[in-house]
Amino acid sequence: MKARRGTRKLFRKILHARFGAVGAALALAVALAVPSPARASGQLTIAAAADLDSALHALIARFERQTGAEVRLVLGSSGNLTVQIEHGAPYDLFFSADVAHAVKLERENLIVPGSLVRYAVGRLVVYVPRDSSLDFAERGLAALADPSVRKIAIANPRFAPYGQAAVAALRHANLYAELEPRLVLGEDVSQTTEFVVSGNAQAALTALSLMFAPATRAAGRYWLVPQSDYPPIEQAVAIVGRSREKTLARKFLDFIETKEGRAIFRQYGFATPEKRP
Amino acid sequence: MNWQALELTLRLSCVTAAILIVLALPTAYWVAYSRRPWKFLVQALASLPLVMPPTVLGFYVLVAFGSSSPLGRLWQRWTGHTLAFTFAGLVVGSVLYSFPFAVQPLVNSFLAIDPKLIDASRVLGASRLSTFFRVILPLSASGLATAIALTFAHTFGEFGVVLMVGGDIPGVTRTISIDVFDQVQAGNYAAANVTSLVLLAVSFLVLAAIYAWNRRAWPRAPWA
Repeated sequence: MKARRGTRKLFRKILHARFGAVGAALALAVALAVPSPARASGQLTIAAAADLDSALHALIARFERQTGAEVRLVLGSSGNLTVQIEHGAPYDLFFSADVAHAVKLERENLIVPGSLVRYAVGRLVVYVPRDSSLDFAERGLAALADPSVRKIAIANPRFAPYGQAAVAALRHANLYAELEPRLVLGEDVSQTTEFVVSGNAQAALTALSLMFAPATRAAGRYWLVPQSDYPPIEQAVAIVGRSREKTLARKFLDFIETKEGRAIFRQYGFATPEKRP
Repeated sequence: MNWQALELTLRLSCVTAAILIVLALPTAYWVAYSRRPWKFLVQALASLPLVMPPTVLGFYVLVAFGSSSPLGRLWQRWTGHTLAFTFAGLVVGSVLYSFPFAVQPLVNSFLAIDPKLIDASRVLGASRLSTFFRVILPLSASGLATAIALTFAHTFGEFGVVLMVGGDIPGVTRTISIDVFDQVQAGNYAAANVTSLVLLAVSFLVLAAIYAWNRRAWPRAPWA
């Protein structure tokens, strides 16, 4: 058939005409795929739970100014970052939002022995849109049972420490069974908070430390869940065993334990107890 | 193995593919045969989801249907809840995300039809609509089959959009890809492995069934 032969010819023509372009693209791909030279010394990569976003940004800015080192920050849920480290992610420091994930890595010999430090305790808050009429001061967590609250965002309790704390607080208030059908799960506290900021959930149980970001502040208000309602959300940090910048990592750990470092954590909603193992 | 998540994902894929075929047929017809000078703009718009990261798409769905947007408020007054965190929300996201996968194969099929056949149908008195259903569509069976298979498969493996707008509710928005993600994050590699293998097997079987069923629609390679 004529038409078919015509198309085949055209196809071949395209193939030839494009070969130059394909060759160039291939060369470019190869050039990009070749690993870049070893990273410059004095560069630290920190993997941190999402609740540390604001606090670590402030700490890193100070640390960089004082030492001249360059610090990269990777944020995620403690569970996800743990999995990444188990599979060889090139992080130097791991800030977990709980002790359990750091201890798990310690048991697997993936962190520098003795480097695990519990340096702060996180707080759980209820975060609602600015125009919400819920009165938590009066009714406590029970205010969440109000029918106007159709969706309550919490971090996924299967792997996010604040999600586990949220479930514990709801159980403590005898609200879990009633409110469970209204729960939606965020991947980490950042996404959980974002569900309220974007107006898709009417309340979120999230981290106090995220309440200091300008966007969060502008969109809503928060109420501190009493600390006795849930097990303490202890923040732990450790140096990753595969790190090639252990000295610099140690320096950063020393920095967060200085008076200045601890003040920054407090400023962003963490408690910094004196006693630590 | 989370069978509930598998059932949900299959349901989402079927609903999305069905809706997309209905939307894509007129769109593809217009793209293939229109002579408007600004056609290229519509083509670019229809292909956008190919280029845009699913996270951007999910973000837009969240914001566009959140209670701070007029569209979101309208939807809420209409249905009583926000679009995010619902099955309908996943369908909207998936339809947007897979749109080009439905339109493009159909456009290619329509353009491959000998225009003389269409002219003949019109000259013999058939209406445009009747020409479409009795000449163009039967000759585009392979394109239609490809469009269905691609949208189904693309939705089945979808992750980013669902992660952004789903809220991970069991039986409602926890699709199979989200379930695997959760299991890996929780460190349950054995469970993640089982689910992934079932996913792999089901994907292959579904695709094989679709391609086998439409075998006759491909009498030859499209370029031969």
